[in-house]
Order: sequence, then C-alpha cells, then structure tokens
Amino acid sequence: MNEFRVAPASGLARAREDEATRYSRREFIKRVIASGAVASAATYIYGGLQGCSRQGPVPGFVERLVSLNVNGETRRVDVLPNETLAMTLRYKLGLTGTKLGCDRAECGACTVLIDDVAYNSCSVLTHSVRTRKVTTIEGIRGPNGELHPVQQAFVEELAPQCGFCTPGQVMSAVALLKRNPKPTRDECRHALSGNLCRCGAYDNYLNGVMRAAAAGAAST
Amino acid sequence: MSRDMMPHFELYQPDTVENAIDLAKRIGEGAWIMAGGQDSLDWFKDRAKRPRAVIEITGIQGLSGIRETAEGLEIGALTTLTEIENSALVREKYSLLSTAAGRVASPQIRNIGTLGGNLCQDARCWYYRSGVNCYRAGGNSCYADTPQGLNREHCLFGASRCVAVSPSDMGTASVALDAQMVIRGPDGERVVPAEEFFIGPATDIRRMTVLKPAEILTAVRYPKTWAGAKFYFEKVADRNTWDFALVSVASALRLEGGTIREARVVCGGVECVPRRLKAVEQLLVGSPQSDEVGRLAGTTAVRGATTLNFNHFKVPLMENLVRRAIRDA
Repeated sequence: MNEFRVAPASGLARAREDEATRYSRREFIKRVIASGAVASAATYIYGGLQGCSRQGPVPGFVERLVSLNVNGETRRVDVLPNETLAMTLRYKLGLTGTKLGCDRAECGACTVLIDDVAYNSCSVLTHSVRTRKVTTIEGIRGPNGELHPVQQAFVEELAPQCGFCTPGQVMSAVALLKRNPKPTRDECRHALSGNLCRCGAYDNYLNGVMRAAAAGAAST
Repeated sequence: MSRDMMPHFELYQPDTVENAIDLAKRIGEGAWIMAGGQDSLDWFKDRAKRPRAVIEITGIQGLSGIRETAEGLEIGALTTLTEIENSALVREKYSLLSTAAGRVASPQIRNIGTLGGNLCQDARCWYYRSGVNCYRAGGNSCYADTPQGLNREHCLFGASRCVAVSPSDMGTASVALDAQMVIRGPDGERVVPAEEFFIGPATDIRRMTVLKPAEILTAVRYPKTWAGAKFYFEKVADRNTWDFALVSVASALRLEGGTIREARVVCGGVECVPRRLKAVEQLLVGSPQSDEVGRLAGTTAVRGATTLNFNHFKVPLMENLVRRAIRDA
C-alpha cells in the first residue's frame, strides 16, 4: 500500500498514528484514504500534468474533474485519464468494500454494478462510466442499514470463508437477480462464473443465491 | 494487495467515427484505439505497450446494435458480447454467433467487451504479452518456439517466426459464416471478407488483422446464406470461464435430404488466424452427416500439423472437435 500513503515525515501522519490507537485498522485506513486523496493523487500528478498542459481544447479530450453517480450520491472527484474505476472507488472515494484481486479482469473480486450490470471495476476506466450509475457493495443495503437479501442469504448459507471474494460474489448475484429474479441453479452458476473463490466455497455461494431468489431478493 | 497505476496516457472520447479517425491520424504512432478495453488495459498495466494517447470509441453513436438487413445481419462493432449472446434474432438465425459470444471470457467481460474488440485483439502469447522483445514485438527471436519454451497454447499450422494463435472466438465463428468486415479509415470505407481480415505472421508479423493505423472496424455483416443452417461451436480451454481456447471449432452445414450440400468448418487456437478447413469442406459436400464422415473429416483436418514441444495434445483434440462439429451439428 506504500504508494497510497501520505508522506510519513509530516506531523499530520504522526497525528494519524495516534488516532490509529483509538480506531479499528479498517477505520484508520479508510480515514487516511479519505483525507489523503489529494496527497496520494500527487504521486501521479507529474504524469497527469502532461495531459493538462495542452494548448487549447481538442475535441474529445476528457476533463479531469468529474461528478460520479455512486450509490445514489453525486461525488465530485479528480480522475486521471489512466485511472480505473476500482482505483477511484477505493483510493479516492474511500469505498474499500470493492476488492482488488488480480487487477486483470480474471477474478471478479472488484465486481460493481454499472447501470445495474456487473462489470470488473479494475478493467474499466472511470472516465468511461462517468455519466452512468455506479453501485458498489456499500450501496446495496436497505433503507435502515439492513443487509441486502443476497448478503443475508450468504450469511445463512455460510457462503464466505475468507471473505475476500464475497463483495464481488454479492454484486454478481445482485446483478443476476435484477434481470432474472427466479434463476435456475445452472443460470446462477453461469452468472457467477466470472468470480473466483480461492477457498472453493462455490456451492455455498450458489446455495446463497438460490436462497435469496426464493426469498424474493429481486424486489429490493 | 496493493496495485499501482497504469502509466499515464492522454484520453480522448470522440463522439463520431470521423473525429476518432481524425484524432488517430493526427496523433500518429502513439495513438491507440480502444473499445471495451479488456485487451488494451492489460497491455498498459504490464507496460508492454505505452501509447501516448488512447482514443476511446465507446461513446460513438450508431456503432452498436444488431440489425436485420436485406442481405442478412449487420452487427455494429461496439455491440457487447452479452447483447449478441442474448439477442433473440441472433439466437434464432445465427445461433453459432450467440453460442460463440457466450463462450468468450467471463460474464463481466462480455458485459463490456465488444464484437469489434474481440475480433481485433492482439495475440495471446505469454512471452509476447509479458513484453519481451520477440519477433512480433519487433525483436529478432521467438521465445515460445524453443525446446524449453512453454508452448502448449501455440500453433500447429502457419508458423513463420511467430507461433502465436488467433485468440478470437468471434473470429472463428465469423469466418465460418462468411462474414464481411466493414472498415472505416482516413481513405473512406472498405469491406473485407473475414477470411482476409485476419493475417498471419508471414504477411505481417506485427499485426493480427488488415487494419491499418487510424482505421476502425465499424460493423460486421453476416450474409443470409447461412441463416438458420445447422451449426456447431465448441471451445476447449483450461478454465471454462475467462480462458482462451486451446482449440475451438465452428461449423455451418446445409443439408438436403440427409446429404451435406454446403459446409464451413473453422478451427481457432491452431494458427495465427482462424483456420478454415477447405479440404474438410470439400470432403463433406455430397457426403451424409454421420460419425464416419466426421471421423474422416477429423483425420483430414489435422493433416500437415507441425507440433511444438508441448502442444502435441492439440492434434487429437482438433481431430475430435472437428469430428463432433460434423456429427453433432
């Protein structure tokens, strides 16, 4: 995670270390990400500036400051041309529920919904989807913060083992149930085939999706 | 797991084909035209290709969609593989295409990956893709065609310094359907038959297709001669999802009273281009559709195969796939 940390020499970083004793590791990391977004972007800015120093507008050249529709909110964020959606979500918007596994569109851990369709966020440029609706694992909870029926079903079926692939599995399952509320087990298998689970809990995940479908998960 | 950024590039999102071509022409050698990005981004992440400017064409209107025309079917190059897989029209008349589209990569990749991108993807040789300076990358050696080289994915036919194979499932299906590729470029539009669209290393070792710089594949036309024919598609890969074909087969047959009148049989993963098996097709015409004929077709298909050190298994695999492609079409 070295490249995403703020410079250790600053007093701010020391203050954060003090804070760390009072917060969970996850909370601490998320705070550093949220407050350090500008600082971390500086790591790449010398590269990014080349894109800004052009003379006059060129048709089709992208603006860096964009408004992203994420989980129903409009988030203003500075996006580099070479930035993937997973990078923006995790390291600029603090939405660390989306995991980065292979970073090559192979494992599906980074699956998010774009206009309700499952995409690997590691392999799509944020600029390609800036006008569309992005939903991450953080955005599927119910109005009172309750688990999504797919998540609840996964809990009941003991679907996750280590849990790293779970956000991706959940998002693929949510996408499936949105377009096909009553899938067969084979259709589930097909829909989740782009999500690797190194614990091998595939059957438990399938049980979970079938349970969620039976409980009418699509209505949420 | 921490990850770093891709190296910097300028990003352009033109809204018309003309603008995209114009941009590509103006930027010249450092320009990279990208659709869904599922092939492109890997290159950038690995630093194996370092374009100065990426021209993302997915925002161009009119380049996606499936249309029935008087001549057959026209599919826009930006149509996603998921759309092709699920299209009722394609499933009804050209099920070879929908089956092939459904076997490409994984659901998430099919949701963003396009027909054009799949057809235009670069070679899947691990040496080449890891950025070594091989023939295809402009160097003067091949790392796969050596006694120790890991070459079980590599070719049986048409090697010429490079032994990489065609990775495109849609290419295999498109050649079998006598597709016509519509290409737009600085000099206007041209239409190229699918079989001539793909080129091997003997023709140009740096390119997989006839596309020249600043040219864009805009649509693919499938003639109605093959609409509703008997089809077969099968792809064998190490992993059923996401992986590329070790060998794939696509066949289209027209029968009259139990006798094959017209046939197309194409294999993927055995040559740098989708390999059309003309000798097999000739043998099939006038024969009944039977296991015996399929067996003969398989034997004929692999004639002349030149194996590398680790890809001998592809010979019986190809033989059996061709046999099935006749018997079970």
